Amino acid sequence: MARHEEQEVVLRLEGITKRFGSVAANDGVSFTLRRGEVVALLGENGAGKTTLMNILFGLYTADAGRIELFGRVLPAGQPRAAIEAGVGMVHQHFTLAEGLCVLDNIVLGTRPLWAFGSGRRGAAKRIAALMADYGLRVDMDAHVADLSVGQRQRVEILKALYRDARILILDEPTAVLTPQEATDLFDTLRRAVARGLSVIFISHKLHEVEAISDRVVVVRHGRVVAEARTSDTPPAEMARLMVGAEIPAPVPRPVKPGPVLVDLHGIGTGTLREVTLQLRAGQIVGLAGVSGNGQGALADLLGGLIEAETGILRIEGREPVRWSPRDAVAARIGRIPEDRHGSGSIGDFDLSENAILERYADPPMSRFGWLNRRAARAAAERIIAAYDVRCLGPDTPIRLLSGGNMQKLILGRVMAIAPKIILANQPVRGLDIGALTYVHGQLLAARDRGAAVLLISEDLDEVIALSDVIHVMSEGRLSPGFARGAKTPAELGEWMAGRGFAAMEVWGAA
Amino acid sequence: MRLEAIPAPSLARRIGFPLLALGGTALLAMLLAAIAGAAPLQVVGLIAKGAAGSKFALLETLNRATPLIFTGLAVAVAFRAKLWNIGAEAQLYLGAVMAVVLGTGALAWPAAALLPAMAMAAMAAGAMALLVPTFLKTRFGVDEVVTTLLLNFVALLFVSYLLEGPLKDPMGLGWPKSAALIPEARLPRMAEGLRLHWGFGLALIAAGLVWVLQVRTIWGFEMRAVGLNAKAARFAGMPVTAVLIRTAVLSGGLAALAGFSEVAGAKGNLTTDLSPGFGYTGIIVAMLALLNPLGVVVAAIFVAGVFVGADSMSRAAGVPTYIADIVLAAALLGMVLAIGLGRMRVRRG
Repeated sequence: MARHEEQEVVLRLEGITKRFGSVAANDGVSFTLRRGEVVALLGENGAGKTTLMNILFGLYTADAGRIELFGRVLPAGQPRAAIEAGVGMVHQHFTLAEGLCVLDNIVLGTRPLWAFGSGRRGAAKRIAALMADYGLRVDMDAHVADLSVGQRQRVEILKALYRDARILILDEPTAVLTPQEATDLFDTLRRAVARGLSVIFISHKLHEVEAISDRVVVVRHGRVVAEARTSDTPPAEMARLMVGAEIPAPVPRPVKPGPVLVDLHGIGTGTLREVTLQLRAGQIVGLAGVSGNGQGALADLLGGLIEAETGILRIEGREPVRWSPRDAVAARIGRIPEDRHGSGSIGDFDLSENAILERYADPPMSRFGWLNRRAARAAAERIIAAYDVRCLGPDTPIRLLSGGNMQKLILGRVMAIAPKIILANQPVRGLDIGALTYVHGQLLAARDRGAAVLLISEDLDEVIALSDVIHVMSEGRLSPGFARGAKTPAELGEWMAGRGFAAMEVWGAA
Repeated sequence: MRLEAIPAPSLARRIGFPLLALGGTALLAMLLAAIAGAAPLQVVGLIAKGAAGSKFALLETLNRATPLIFTGLAVAVAFRAKLWNIGAEAQLYLGAVMAVVLGTGALAWPAAALLPAMAMAAMAAGAMALLVPTFLKTRFGVDEVVTTLLLNFVALLFVSYLLEGPLKDPMGLGWPKSAALIPEARLPRMAEGLRLHWGFGLALIAAGLVWVLQVRTIWGFEMRAVGLNAKAARFAGMPVTAVLIRTAVLSGGLAALAGFSEVAGAKGNLTTDLSPGFGYTGIIVAMLALLNPLGVVVAAIFVAGVFVGADSMSRAAGVPTYIADIVLAAALLGMVLAIGLGRMRVRRG
């Protein structure tokens, strides 16, 4: 697409440098964005993408460098400046008011407090026009709480467009979408650039970068290491640029599945509907599906946080008498929680305290109620060494660790109980390729050792790559298990969207 | 311009900022004294002298610090587990009531048995006073800030009723006060001729025990974990409700010991002005100490010193006692701010 090079430059970053202590989060970052262009910002976690966007939005002040928006220098440290100049950002975690309707969410904050009336009619007309122009269909009167994740993302984009954004920044926009929804999003983005908008697309997923972007800017360790036209850069090259070395994807070797370790029969809870599932030793069962369709309830059930209202849960053939997180750990279920900050760790506890979070009540971590701090420290040191956790030592508060290192500690904690069953809920969300490959490798190794692994992920590629058997969840229902390679991603996407279950119910009735 | 947290504040900052706050308070005290017609330079000296200038002054400060250590510990323990106990005042009074019920002759035991029995009963009553709000919180999600705060007024009115009715001193000439404790029910002085009762020693022991509990035992580990991240604590298998109940028993019990110690150590009887807000001041003490049990001792002595010193200054310099109140409030506000700001720095842009 040679024509972009003739378009005006809408955003120019020059020599942006930002240091936190001795670490340079951004080191002389420069790139330009032109009108009608999609630039993919590609880089591992911790490469400095988020810092860069925070500088653009005035949340941080750069130590050096300047930002030009539409030819004018952007004043540093003023969060409103970028928004008023026409930059809209769609964050990974949406910033919507759940109790308000779509229209109110879009209009929120655009009318002065002292304005007479709310101008809803005019706003509704404008939003309807935007929806038509960009192919973003959402019911304006629906409450945001009732919307799916894909619909919420559309509201976020409409919010930006309503504020006359001429540059859209999307932070990992497809992480929460079904393949079909992602296709819709790309369609919207194409319409947007056709209308002269410019897009910065932040992602780890190479095939998406390939599909949507005109240029890629690859960031590593805070520096721009490459800037190239997407059409000239094969994905393997992008991956190499991103991590600085070729990382081989793990190839699962065939293992003969062993006995059934977890047997769920006709499980019903508030959200789960008649879920029947078996996990066998030496097998990875992948659970695909858009988040919020019952995966959380299933993970909570296996993790001991909730009990089934109906149906039977058997662990190694026995129905547990009591069922709590402690019982789950005692049954040697290793649990990697979905939210590593919220449930998986205690930010202000140090690494040793976090390392013993599930085992503090048992010897050698404590005796007669007294903590053995030396044992806790030793446990943390073992994990740090074995799982390559980059940190300043076991006394570091875990909140200071990057997501990948935090996840490695949690992984180490899970493996320390020599789990027979592993519940991995979004184990690599937000991790860079290095950490991701490592976590996947460990899950495969556990499987090869004979553990039964349940992998829950929104990333269909991840599920397909690792799983021996794939189930799809939709609205609390579980699809039949599909053997590795039995279904194409598009077919699984159909199940994720809820189609296919109807036929299943017919079989059930017959 | 904005504030951002410093990950590891230097010692100079951690000491310098509070000193700055003290300096500012001294200046304010001088200004107020000048307005009231006293010699400004003299005033600060009088405060210091009144708080720690003599053996008598120092002991007065330590006596005043005793209930504050207990209520400060009660608040620190509860806040550490994010159980917002604003009701130390109520727990204090219920503890005092139990001390009076058992200590005015109902039990004719020797001191060695009677005093522990009174302390235990006081702690049980204080624990109950906090268990009710905690149960409402864990069972029905009722905000304990509201319930514990309002129970303070309920408790005070209850004490008022008792002092007008069942516990009224028959020899009290109609004053709303309880009968005096029997000699066996009085906490002895820590040394012969020393105006410092064993309540202070008990408070120091309590602070040490709470510190050991929090740092070295699995119960303390659970309390800290639940306070920092209840969701992760639950996920890890901690019995969150049980932890909160244990915390409530400990916190309510500690606050009640303040009441026990004031009745059995300092006053010898119960009136409705037993506590000039020790329960509420305990919150300030705990915040000043950053919820550290050993810090509570230091903070309580500091707060008591300002109380006693400002009081003595206003008498010696002949200025209204309101100035003492203002100085006290300014010192506390300044300290809380200084400790907070000492961990922040200003960034331009």
